[in-house]
Amino acid sequence: MDPGEEKRLSVIPISYYLVLSAILFGLGAVGVVFKRNIITILMSIELMLNAVNLAFVAFARAHGQIDGLVFVFFVIVVAAAESAVGLAIVIMLTQNRQSLNVERINLLKF
Amino acid sequence: MSVPFIVFFACAFLAVLGAVLLIFSWEPIHSALSLVLVMMSLAVLYLLLGAEFIAAVQIIVYAGAIMVLFVFVIMLLNAGTEERTDASKLAKLAGVPMGFFLLLLIARWLWTSVVGTTIANGLGARSNAGVSTRELSMVLFQQYLFPFEATSILILVALLGAWILARKND
Repeated sequence: MDPGEEKRLSVIPISYYLVLSAILFGLGAVGVVFKRNIITILMSIELMLNAVNLAFVAFARAHGQIDGLVFVFFVIVVAAAESAVGLAIVIMLTQNRQSLNVERINLLKF
Repeated sequence: MSVPFIVFFACAFLAVLGAVLLIFSWEPIHSALSLVLVMMSLAVLYLLLGAEFIAAVQIIVYAGAIMVLFVFVIMLLNAGTEERTDASKLAKLAGVPMGFFLLLLIARWLWTSVVGTTIANGLGARSNAGVSTRELSMVLFQQYLFPFEATSILILVALLGAWILARKND
């Protein structure tokens, strides 16, 4: 067996990465639905963003294109901005409501 | 079973374990630490995929900056054990089935569309070699220069927004 064929046999199918990405995204979505603590909900959103990043990198590798990696870079930047503003909102909410429970934040709830 | 497969399955197991712990722990600080576990194992997976720069950025920005911000806010707000409230009936009835449905939908779509496509026989000619940081920066600073500069405006706006939101109200 020549080294090239051996290398080809050792690579991991891209579907493995994509299924892992789907599992992580599903767990993040379940976290957003189930958790009551607003900080944990923000962390679940970060988990979903991470899952999408993994899919981006896997597709970029499979198609041999760099654009997917550039988009991962932009997703990371947007996630940083989102968590900064989101945590500032959390701090303001806890100053007003003295609670991190999202069920207490129900002014707009029908 | 070759070494990349073992590394992949170890990291995938750690990532899923961290995600499950994130959901099922009642203390926010435990959730934050398990999210760090997920991000670290994803960084190893990026290395396995040949994206060194993304792996470094993942550790520096995600596991470093963002998670430090989360842990800082958890400690600042003294966030203790999550309150156990009665979940709404809709969430109790529909939450688990909908989560599994979403998971199955995405998994089925991925399975039917790309199963069998290995990295080695991808479409591109460059797919065998890892993407070098040099190539990535060439694309980032030439083709994507305008979006790159726009993200700096985004960061500036987020900085100002966070400062305005979190300052003391007089």
